[in-house]
Amino acid sequence: MIEIKDLHKSYKMGSNSLHVLKGINFSVKDGELVAIMGSSGSGKSTLLNILGMLDEADSGEYTLDGVPIKNLNETKAANYRNKFLGFIFQSFNLINYKTALENVALPLYYQRMGRKQRQEKSLKYLEQVGLKEWSHHLPSELSGGQKQRVAVARAMVGEPKVLLADELTGALDSTTSYEVMDLIQKINDQGNTILVVTHEDDIAHMCKRIVHLRDGVIVKDEKVKQVRASAYV
Amino acid sequence: MFNRDRWKEILEVLTSNWFRTILTSFGVFWGILILIILLAAGKGFQNGVMADFGDIATNTMFMWSRNTTKEYMGLPKGRRYNFKLEDVQAIKENVPNLRFISPRNQLGGFQGANNVTRGIHTGAFNVYGDYPEIINQDPMTITSGRFINHSDINEKRKIAIIGEGVKASLYEKGEEVIGTYIKIQGVNFMVIGTYKKKSNDGDGEEGQKQIFVPFTTFSQAFNRADNVGWMAITAQDGNSITSLKERIVSIVKENRKIHPDDKRAVGYFDLYEQFNRVESLFGAMSFIAYFVGILVLLSGVIGVSNIMLIVVKERTKEIGIRRALGEDPWSIKTQILMESIFLTIISGMVGITFGALFIYGVNALLDANGPVDMFLSPSVSLGVVLAALVILIISGLLAGFIPAQSAIKVRPIDALRTE
Repeated sequence: MIEIKDLHKSYKMGSNSLHVLKGINFSVKDGELVAIMGSSGSGKSTLLNILGMLDEADSGEYTLDGVPIKNLNETKAANYRNKFLGFIFQSFNLINYKTALENVALPLYYQRMGRKQRQEKSLKYLEQVGLKEWSHHLPSELSGGQKQRVAVARAMVGEPKVLLADELTGALDSTTSYEVMDLIQKINDQGNTILVVTHEDDIAHMCKRIVHLRDGVIVKDEKVKQVRASAYV
Repeated sequence: MFNRDRWKEILEVLTSNWFRTILTSFGVFWGILILIILLAAGKGFQNGVMADFGDIATNTMFMWSRNTTKEYMGLPKGRRYNFKLEDVQAIKENVPNLRFISPRNQLGGFQGANNVTRGIHTGAFNVYGDYPEIINQDPMTITSGRFINHSDINEKRKIAIIGEGVKASLYEKGEEVIGTYIKIQGVNFMVIGTYKKKSNDGDGEEGQKQIFVPFTTFSQAFNRADNVGWMAITAQDGNSITSLKERIVSIVKENRKIHPDDKRAVGYFDLYEQFNRVESLFGAMSFIAYFVGILVLLSGVIGVSNIMLIVVKERTKEIGIRRALGEDPWSIKTQILMESIFLTIISGMVGITFGALFIYGVNALLDANGPVDMFLSPSVSLGVVLAALVILIISGLLAGFIPAQSAIKVRPIDALRTE
């Protein structure tokens, strides 16, 4: 699904340049649930941003589902993001003047899907994350866990090839974190490919594979025995 | 572009901070209001002045004789002369594209003595000997009876058409006028018609105190022989009298033995030239109205642009999220532009509405208090409103352009990081 070869990325900070990713080689197969772990500054967020086409690598190859990702203009990148990827952010990033349902429907709107169809589909995904009754509430009326579940529904609604989650439990307490992870595991059970960036060990061990990143290189890439989050809920 | 979600979003964004939106739109509102009021005031002034021209055919010149100022062919300077009927004929034959030539003789005039009597009533009126065509050049409404016709001219009938003002001074209220006789300098004329002239300024009353009799009758009754005191000459549409003037005057000079370079011997007034001057004055006035109005509007537009920039700045993160979810930059740009155009058009429409109400109020006041000199029914035409709308759309686009550009200039990844 994802193929990365010799990925380099550096940031210019005034006169010095900061080499963040120093040759990453890495691939993800269909249906995997991968945690990318590392302390802050290890380059894990940069890697995720490049995978998410929000940022571009200086050199190296990136292939997503057989499509080479390079030299994208903004319109094309937006199009690919919409078709291939679902994002889940640490700070939820819901649009605060739109209801839960409208937030979930956004990616479909950008796909130019009809209004009625869009609402039906969004409602179905909201139901899957257990928030059907909350569909007409604004984000400000939802709890943190609920917000993140709306965000998960929004990431899923466009039926993306890969789900990218950046510290998705970073702003949640542990009980809520486990609830969200339970949801992620269930989505993965349905065969969806998910990448989770985290620095929390317990969250990482709820995935099927952990990639350790330190100072811009992969130091360890291991398959782990998955801990089911449902055990804690 | 015209889908429901987009409009919903535009309304959500603009109504999220009512106070700010209203303050912003006030600039545009004010600009368009000033523009409309300036244009309406200009139009009112124009209507007022044009009404003074009345219904007079504007492609007309008036010509009268004066004293010569140069010796010519043995004749002294300072000689008093008269136009003759043969001059009228010569002009008719030699100048093409003329519509009417009306020679006229006149009795009475400014502060003239009493010259008309009827029973115990007397009055001082202007008495004109005219041809039937004069009614096309100096229009009047025949309120009863008829005007002079060619049979009257040929048969030299002693008939008169009197103004409503004459009727008021010579007749009792409700008295039958048609068929009665009035005595003009000792000669009896039968009244066969009354008229009323339209004019809204000081001449109005004077205009109603005239008496028209057939030219030929006048000449015979008052011993004018073949003299002509005055001529009104109207050119055909499409030929300005100004261009024919030179030719007419030179024919008259030749016939009357006046030195060709004598500039003062023939007095004339070119209404068309005056009319054009006034027209171009109003052209300049509406240019100034547009200029000032648009400049005021421009400052409003800059206000909108400013607020849109702030809105975009505030929504940086939201725009980042939407781009991460796959909205393409063009769609975001369109959104911002539409918000800006929508805001400008709505506030502009309110401005136009208020302007219309204001004009309506002024008109109501004018109607209630009677006519005012040089000012009549200020108004703006539909064309002006459409022009204002086009100006609004363009200014909305201009106002939104820079903010829209800045909205997509920030990379989504940076936009997402802003808090």
